[in-house]
Amino acid sequence: MTISWVLEILDAELLTGQGAEGRELASACGSDLMSDVLCLRSAPNLLLTALTNPQCVRTAEMAEIAAICFVQGKKPPAETLELARRNGLPLLATGLSMFTACGRLFAAGLRCCGEGA
Amino acid sequence: MDSPRHVGKIRELVYELKVEAVMTRKLITLAPEAPMSGLRSILKSNRISGVPVVSGQTLVGLVSVEDFINWLAQGGRDCPVGERMSREVRTLSPGEPLVHAIGKLEQYGYGRLPVVDGERLVGLVTKGDIIEGLLQEMQVNSREEEELHRYRASHFFEDMIADRLTVNFQYQVRGKTIEQGGEVASDLKRSFKRLGLHPEVVRRAAIATYEAEMNVIIYAREGTVDVSVDPETIHIIVRDQGQGIPDIQQALQPGFSTAPDWVRELGFGAGMGLPNIRSCARSLDITSEPGQGTTLRISIPLEPERVCA
Ligand SMILES: Nc1ncnc2c1ncn2[C@@H]1O[C@H](COP(=O)(O)OP(=O)(O)OP(=O)(O)O)[C@@H](O)[C@H]1O
Ligand SMILES: [Mg+2]
Repeated sequence: MTISWVLEILDAELLTGQGAEGRELASACGSDLMSDVLCLRSAPNLLLTALTNPQCVRTAEMAEIAAICFVQGKKPPAETLELARRNGLPLLATGLSMFTACGRLFAAGLRCCGEGA
Repeated sequence: MDSPRHVGKIRELVYELKVEAVMTRKLITLAPEAPMSGLRSILKSNRISGVPVVSGQTLVGLVSVEDFINWLAQGGRDCPVGERMSREVRTLSPGEPLVHAIGKLEQYGYGRLPVVDGERLVGLVTKGDIIEGLLQEMQVNSREEEELHRYRASHFFEDMIADRLTVNFQYQVRGKTIEQGGEVASDLKRSFKRLGLHPEVVRRAAIATYEAEMNVIIYAREGTVDVSVDPETIHIIVRDQGQGIPDIQQALQPGFSTAPDWVRELGFGAGMGLPNIRSCARSLDITSEPGQGTTLRISIPLEPERVCA
């Protein structure tokens, strides 16, 4: 599933990473606790979170997560946007709740990394 | 990147790239029955200097500005394009290397060459298409080369000659808010990539360092990160003079955390940091003296197969 498809499914906006819309995302996870994300055996391609501080971008950097989507209409502060731009990380934002956002992506076929279908 | 290398690369690419990779597929064509009088506006509005003439899908000729001028000079009496077009058309096939296309354009002084698959017209190649195709390919190539450059460094240890070889990296963690944390792990990760270590090993070292760095910032304010890499192992030592850990076994339990609420609100306090470090490493050794500080010794093997999960 490409980023542009995720944008469509989640009614989301692309905040950084213009030009990366074609990037493939094969797995996703939703969490607001960074260490929970980092302990996943193989990191997901897409992280859904309500956490908007720069640490989510750091987490993405360490775990090689390909994109982050902020849920619940949360907009990240300037430091987060800047770090994401510097790292070339696409940031998405949706007004949907975590539950609904995950539900829609699951229904569209996206799965958690490491779990079967 | 130096220019002689670029020239060399272009020289390789003109042999590697095929005509079909650069040709224009969206074509403006004319049927042989089309009137000669309509040619001018077609050439002008599409800013082209020649149009392939096709019957069905078969290429039967090419009509150019030159043919048009000759037609005008001879009176300009309207007739079908088929009567004035050049029938002797040089063509290319889709599988030919670019170097052929360049040679033919040069040899015949043409601005464009039609590409035919058997008799069927499938595309058109101009000098502009060739230049654009080459530039695009150069871009892809330089990205791939960057990758290659990284991994070439993986011979670093093989290339060095010494009885004993270690590479050291030292970092300070100081005066950072939680929001600013992660710089050490980020710098280390970048350096390890440059050193050409295996991506999975780099990822594990980065995650372990990140978790340790965040713990220093949250529970001890400041500390140091000393990393040494030898041909077999990465050793990461993280020291702080903070409050210390009263019960190390308890701290290592997944989910155990003393993080206050404001730290949790920032995305920390899952109690997974130390367990994560342990699962990224071959060994994790913690020594801590309450009130004196904490030292983490993390070792990660350089061979990814030997990293335990
Ligand atoms: N450098 C340190 N100095 C003092 N205490 C520490 C240090 N590192 C860890 N601890 C203690 O060990 C506990 C567990 O640490 P761990 O990193 O596993 O989880 P956490 O930091 O609480 O949450 P998470 O890492 O998941 O965000 C901490 O809550 C803290 O009490
Ligand atoms: Mg921690």
